[in-house]
Amino acid sequence: MKLTIKGRQAMWAYIFIAVPILFFILIRIAPTLFAFNISLHEWDILSQDKPFVFFDNFKTLFKDNIFKKAMGNTVKYVFIGVPLQLIISLCIALLINRLTKGAGIFRTIYFLPYVTSTVAVAWVWRWMFMKQGGVINQIITAFGGTAQPFLDSTGQAIYVVIANIIWQSIGFNTIIFIAGLKQIPRTYYEASSIDGASPWIQFWKITIPLLNSTVVYLVVMATIQTLQVFTQVFNITGGGQGNPGGPVNSTLSLVLYIYQAGFMNNKMGLASAATIILFSIIIIITIIQLKFLTKKVEY
Amino acid sequence: MEKKKIPIGSIILLTIGGVMMVFPFLWMFSTSLKSGVDIYNISLIPKKATFDAYKYVLENTKFLSWFKNSLLIAGITTISVLFFDTLVGYTFAKLEFKGKKFLFFLILSTLMVPTEMLIIPWYMMVNKFNWINTYWSLLFPGLTSAFGIFLMKQFFEGIPNDLLEAARIDGLSEFGIFWRAAVPLVKPAISALAIFTFLGNWNAFLWPVIAVDSPEIYTLPVGLALFSGEAYNQWNLVMAGATIATIPVLIVFFIFQKKIIEGIHLTGLKG
Repeated sequence: MKLTIKGRQAMWAYIFIAVPILFFILIRIAPTLFAFNISLHEWDILSQDKPFVFFDNFKTLFKDNIFKKAMGNTVKYVFIGVPLQLIISLCIALLINRLTKGAGIFRTIYFLPYVTSTVAVAWVWRWMFMKQGGVINQIITAFGGTAQPFLDSTGQAIYVVIANIIWQSIGFNTIIFIAGLKQIPRTYYEASSIDGASPWIQFWKITIPLLNSTVVYLVVMATIQTLQVFTQVFNITGGGQGNPGGPVNSTLSLVLYIYQAGFMNNKMGLASAATIILFSIIIIITIIQLKFLTKKVEY
Repeated sequence: MEKKKIPIGSIILLTIGGVMMVFPFLWMFSTSLKSGVDIYNISLIPKKATFDAYKYVLENTKFLSWFKNSLLIAGITTISVLFFDTLVGYTFAKLEFKGKKFLFFLILSTLMVPTEMLIIPWYMMVNKFNWINTYWSLLFPGLTSAFGIFLMKQFFEGIPNDLLEAARIDGLSEFGIFWRAAVPLVKPAISALAIFTFLGNWNAFLWPVIAVDSPEIYTLPVGLALFSGEAYNQWNLVMAGATIATIPVLIVFFIFQKKIIEGIHLTGLKG
């Protein structure tokens, strides 16, 4: 059999992608479909009987107060964590961008937490925010303040976790913001300065609009990541004597709920239903954010 | 434009922020060197520095095995991802074949699916095929990545076709064209992908904590989390563990920091 040059190229193309395509079908696509299937069953891994229950798992979830709590907390993680981490990162990027010397040092310092083990720093955080003996409370009392309950408090624990997430994500966001800022031509600022525009006006009329695609990228990335928060919650408020979801489940995130339902309580059907809700949220948010934020740049 | 003024205000603000970024590391290291009641002392400098906590951690846990496991898993995954993702990215960028659009869409569509949705089916696979407590159970989910394929395709598209045509006329095989003509031109992108993949797998927690339950096969994050849970309240031990887990990565980061930061620039701009 003789192949044309085109035919030969196509043959090699299929050979090159065969294994990865097989991988995606077996390890990604089939399990995705299977997850939908599990969510429609009452699925206990220890029991032979796995009856089809249609949407009962979803109904159970929406009646479950702990699930509602987890959803509410996840909304908090996203709506507080994401804007804060982006605003702080943008401020740091703007400050670093003004430096002529030493920018590299600060970039490195702010980037450090991003490359370190999430589990390790989560435990450092837990130690620092201990109610008794933790260094933060010691600093507060040294300055004459009153010690805070932090991780023992239903109100404060979630903010301690959010602070950890922000601290660790600043580096990545800052680097991307600096890259975005560097792409804005200096002449725009020079020209507008001659026209008498203040730095404040320049920020809103030049920096922000031209940074739009960077902002969209970071908002989407940060939102999707924060929706999936698990490791920090598990380690800062769980383990040992703690309840993984913090006091009265006040830090319980959606993914931690999934973990507990599926792997602690063996309710795989219920856990799968919860992952499908997470999946739907991720898709909806991605679409909304892309539409909403790309529109803004047009006027 | 302003004249070359030193932006003192910026430097002061950045320094204050910088202290907040670095302090947790200093506190971690400081606590790991302390002992007894000194652990609860606010001073950063230990009264009497001792490596006892490190000795305890290394002697009484399988920390070194966990470290080795993490290195192995992250290393193999990275090599596999680099090979497959560059090859597949190149194929979609530069070769013509039937079904190309559909297959690319198929791969890209998997990016929308969060890992959490897959772990339950994966867990069932692991049980069904008896992979429990094997390295393979940790490895198989990450052997190629859709993100990497997308990224590499973007970069290969920037290579002029003439160059590849010339290699074809020179008689290189299709794989030879990819390997010798195309790959050297996207090296920065490859090292960026390597860094992301390695860091991601080095830090992975959700799947490893589910997939393995034998201490021999824990990865570092899993071992550290479970050890810290047990050693709870012996903070010098917990912090010694955290330090051992953190320091090597910091050293690697300092060596490659230029590359790492460039890599993030690169992927951020293409992403």
